[in-house]
Amino acid sequence: MTDFFEMGGYAGYVWSSYGLATIALLVLLMVSLRGLTKSRRDLAHLETLLKSRRPRRKKAPVRQP
Amino acid sequence: MHRFAKPSVFLKLASAVMPWAIGITVLTLAVGLYLALVVSPADYQQGDTVRIMYIHVPAAWMGLFCYVGMAICGAMSLIWKHPLADIAARATAPIGATFTALCLITGSLWGEPMWGTWWVWDARLTSMLILLFLYLGYMALVNAFDDPERGSKAGSALALVGVINVPIVKFSVDWWNTLHQPASVARMGGPSIDPSMLWPLFLIAVGFTGYYVIVLILRVRLELNERRIRALQLSGIGEDSPGNAQPAYNPEQAGAGK
Repeated sequence: MTDFFEMGGYAGYVWSSYGLATIALLVLLMVSLRGLTKSRRDLAHLETLLKSRRPRRKKAPVRQP
Repeated sequence: MHRFAKPSVFLKLASAVMPWAIGITVLTLAVGLYLALVVSPADYQQGDTVRIMYIHVPAAWMGLFCYVGMAICGAMSLIWKHPLADIAARATAPIGATFTALCLITGSLWGEPMWGTWWVWDARLTSMLILLFLYLGYMALVNAFDDPERGSKAGSALALVGVINVPIVKFSVDWWNTLHQPASVARMGGPSIDPSMLWPLFLIAVGFTGYYVIVLILRVRLELNERRIRALQLSGIGEDSPGNAQPAYNPEQAGAGK
């Protein structure tokens, strides 16, 4: 098992390659996911504003009971 | 409304593809990493540093693959003004840049023990560094204009001009004298490396491609949302809510200084 972690004496080079790749790919994934969540929230907020405005803009209701 | 027709088709397709992409990515990366780190033998000359190859080479392939994809999308956005092509190009750039940076860093980590140097200014390494700068330049350029359409025009032009660098990266090891080894997988006469090393290489390459598909879909969705947000803000919705406010362009004020 220690052989596996020592990587024939090149542990620093091999594990930092794999570690950096893992970190970089995970960070990009997290940044993209968080950006998407934020954009969804902002969009939902704007769309509720849009809905609350629409009746005011049209002013005259089409049908009156 | 026809502008939204295609993105809606994309979103439907993306939702269908997503679970498959996640499954394939997790599976191929798990098996690929196991083969790369445990099963595959150490190289008789390079020892265990050869395991860096299983990250380095697929990352290089992805760097080039993403660039070609980005340039094709750039061309489509220039020629047909297809909004989704522009969005896909913008979404691809940071992914390609990440893979290219990983290729350069892992290459350095491989070069130090094997060549005795972190870096040489030879054709392969330099052209790969230029590839990274092309990505960074593209990302800076598309966001440098207030009008997103002007940004994507400039960015697409840069992406297309930069395509010339792709064959230079690929053939640099044949055209110029270099420390870097020549191609051993994608070459005439088939791969020259052993299947025990070829399998982890291909599995991780497939895993990276799956990862690209996942992040591409996320970023395209993100970009579509942001365009919708911008459109709503320009139409005046949300101007009264703090934080989302965009100052309205006033031509009289802009010309007042003259």
